[in-house]
Amino acid sequence: MATIEDIAEFLDKAPGGGILLTTVDAVMNWSRGKSLWTFPMGTACCAMEFIAASFSRFDFDRHGTIPRPDPRHCDVMVVAGTITHKMAPAVKRIYEQMPEPKWVVAMGNCAVSGGIFYYDTYSVVRGVDEFLPVDVYIAGCPPRPEALQDAILQLRKKIASESISPRRRRPVASELPQPSDPRKGDLEEQPLARSKATAGGPDV
Amino acid sequence: MRTEELTLNLGPSHPSTHGVCRLVVRLDGEVVTHVEPVIGHLHRGIEKMAENRTYLQVVPLTDRLDYVGSMYANWAYCRAVERLAGIRVPERAEYLRVIVCELQRIASHMMGIGSSAADTGATSAFLYAFAQRDLVIDLFEALCGARLTYNYVRPGGVAFDLPEGWVEQCRSFVAQHPSAMLEIDELFFGNVIARARLKGIGVLDADTAVAWGVSGPSARGSGVDWDLRRDDPYSVYPRFDFDVVVGSNGDAYDRARVRLWECIESCRIIEQALDQLEPGPVMAEGLPRLLAPRPGDAYDHIESARGSLGVYLVSDGSVRPYRMKVRSPAFCNLAVLPLIATGHTLSDLLVILGSLDPVFGEVDR
Repeated sequence: MATIEDIAEFLDKAPGGGILLTTVDAVMNWSRGKSLWTFPMGTACCAMEFIAASFSRFDFDRHGTIPRPDPRHCDVMVVAGTITHKMAPAVKRIYEQMPEPKWVVAMGNCAVSGGIFYYDTYSVVRGVDEFLPVDVYIAGCPPRPEALQDAILQLRKKIASESISPRRRRPVASELPQPSDPRKGDLEEQPLARSKATAGGPDV
Repeated sequence: MRTEELTLNLGPSHPSTHGVCRLVVRLDGEVVTHVEPVIGHLHRGIEKMAENRTYLQVVPLTDRLDYVGSMYANWAYCRAVERLAGIRVPERAEYLRVIVCELQRIASHMMGIGSSAADTGATSAFLYAFAQRDLVIDLFEALCGARLTYNYVRPGGVAFDLPEGWVEQCRSFVAQHPSAMLEIDELFFGNVIARARLKGIGVLDADTAVAWGVSGPSARGSGVDWDLRRDDPYSVYPRFDFDVVVGSNGDAYDRARVRLWECIESCRIIEQALDQLEPGPVMAEGLPRLLAPRPGDAYDHIESARGSLGVYLVSDGSVRPYRMKVRSPAFCNLAVLPLIATGHTLSDLLVILGSLDPVFGEVDR
């Protein structure tokens, strides 16, 4: 049985297949974006807002978004809360259990960058993008439920521009170079500076 | 037939563990023979971080301890600072603290009752409870702009005075809340399924509760008549007329139901506090920008929604605390889980865990 990747590969090679590929992409993206089931990777405060978002007042269901506690049912992992070094292997393992295609939403400042726990603590992972490819970031401590719903709509827009062809796949947000990020720094210069410091030793 | 003991790993991400708790369970068929909670998956080092913050900067950190009831940690911490630095809090600020903390108790217990209901499969009761919680959150949002992490109680008073129309909004909430609670009482606690799932499950007797340091509704469900609001009165609580709700059987049903009736008592306290509220300042006069209490230590505790929440502070005379220690009721309550869950089935284990109402931000700190 031909998989989606096989179809994409065939269409990429076939003369004029690109036109057909965009049509297939449109159908695939339409179906993928309509019913995003979320895995609530809720660890801390943001989990409360996640619960609030899925309950009566904010009503997540109207976007076709249903929280499912089983990673094998889910399309989107919403990392809601602080991820500690002790928790990170479990998060990664759950992410790996989710079937493709899958997306990650980093909800709240802790998941984005460590937030209030960025400095002075020894146990917090400074942002879930240290080990997961993140598609949408939501700022806030904690973000409002509306912000989470907006993130799902943003994710839908992103999904609408994706392609089943590996050649046309777009990079995820967290893999783009971010020179302003103090953790990643300037991608070229930082290793050099570090090696200089270790090779020369401190000036006494 | 030859049987074999099964070791099962529950969590740390499990929909029924109410956070990031990992339970290592040994099972004989369906029956739990041993359970060991593995904590620390949300250890963020808040106590250590406090040593690098000034006294005022620690307040936002205390918000993130017990994220279902942020006001309590704010208040307990601020009381310890005030005791350490000898600050007198204006009367209006004390009333506002009582009002917001009783509202917070309602919001927190709605989560506790709701998750007890969801554990037994009654999701609709959770929705009813959460509708009430949303109304409390609206009040907090009008008061300080945040839905969950308030940073409202500060050393020396509270951050803001009441906005216009807040008292009326609060009164209308308090007026409708008891009838909503009675509805949940009938809908959920009167239900034959809930009774079958909760009654006689996870029985904790009063002596064990006291010996293990269990406090709050979890202890009062076992008949321990102990409430810091009455027995070690702080703030302006002696001026209010309220009853301490006490259960008798010490099972999951009593623990959850004590929470429900406490909400109604909280409404009584809020009504009286709103009646007695006088205009005045909400922050102590003449506080320095940087508090630097003289060397020494202070401990203060309040009755949070989970039990006796204490904060111990040591000062070395600088602008930062030398050491902060939080006596967390959720941690002490969780310790009793292996005792009361042994001998019940696996599905009851999660109900028992839910009935203790732990919040793992506070357990792990």
